[in-house]
Amino acid sequence: MVHALLYLVVSFLAIAVVFYILGAPFIAALEVIVYAGAIVVLIIFVIMMLNLKQESVEQEEKWLTKKVWIGPAILCTILLIELAYILTTSDATVLQDKEVDSKAVGMALYGPYVIGVELCGLLLMSGIVGAYHLGRQKKKVIHRFLEKAEE
Amino acid sequence: MNSIPIEAGLLVAGILFMLGLISVLIRRNIIFMLISVEIMLNAAGMAFIVAGSKWMQTDGQVMFIFILTMAAAEVSVGLALILQIYHQLKTLDSDAANKMNG
Repeated sequence: MVHALLYLVVSFLAIAVVFYILGAPFIAALEVIVYAGAIVVLIIFVIMMLNLKQESVEQEEKWLTKKVWIGPAILCTILLIELAYILTTSDATVLQDKEVDSKAVGMALYGPYVIGVELCGLLLMSGIVGAYHLGRQKKKVIHRFLEKAEE
Repeated sequence: MNSIPIEAGLLVAGILFMLGLISVLIRRNIIFMLISVEIMLNAAGMAFIVAGSKWMQTDGQVMFIFILTMAAAEVSVGLALILQIYHQLKTLDSDAANKMNG
């Protein structure tokens, strides 16, 4: 599972390089800092808290048989082929090599998109409250003799 | 650098999205499903960046920042849910959590 996270970091870094090539260096930096930094560290913390043993890896191998993945893979490949067909049959347009600088992004964020920024703040606040509420351990108030009898 | 067709960027985003979609369909471990959703959100953001780079507008990058915020909120709530499910069911199997307990 930790290996999957390491490959996820590699994927995020590769996407950041693609963003840099596409002329969005600010977004590339955000990708590295927020995704490859913060979110992956969060998932690693949870995996460390769960303290999964070797049998979870074996169970994962048992779940992932060929019969399971062949159907969804074929369907998704068909979807991808359709998408590629639509993309390649339209007339080709070439991207410009100028970059959109972060100053313009900031001006757009606090100009026409200020409502969106406030909504993002609301979303983050509700995310914090929801994560706190879900992560709280509920105290059991069962009497200890009753609890022993239940087991 | 100045001759990247827009189809290439959109195709990379599509492939990435399909990989995430396949993974979220075939996995039964909830942590892996959460990671796959992250990959799919990343692919959607990449499509936004490509489009914003095509028209030289800032809107694509603004949308990516919104997606980033949404992904951060989603992953925090999702991980709290995973912890809660693991404490109650002692497993990470998503099929184990198919009974309502009201």
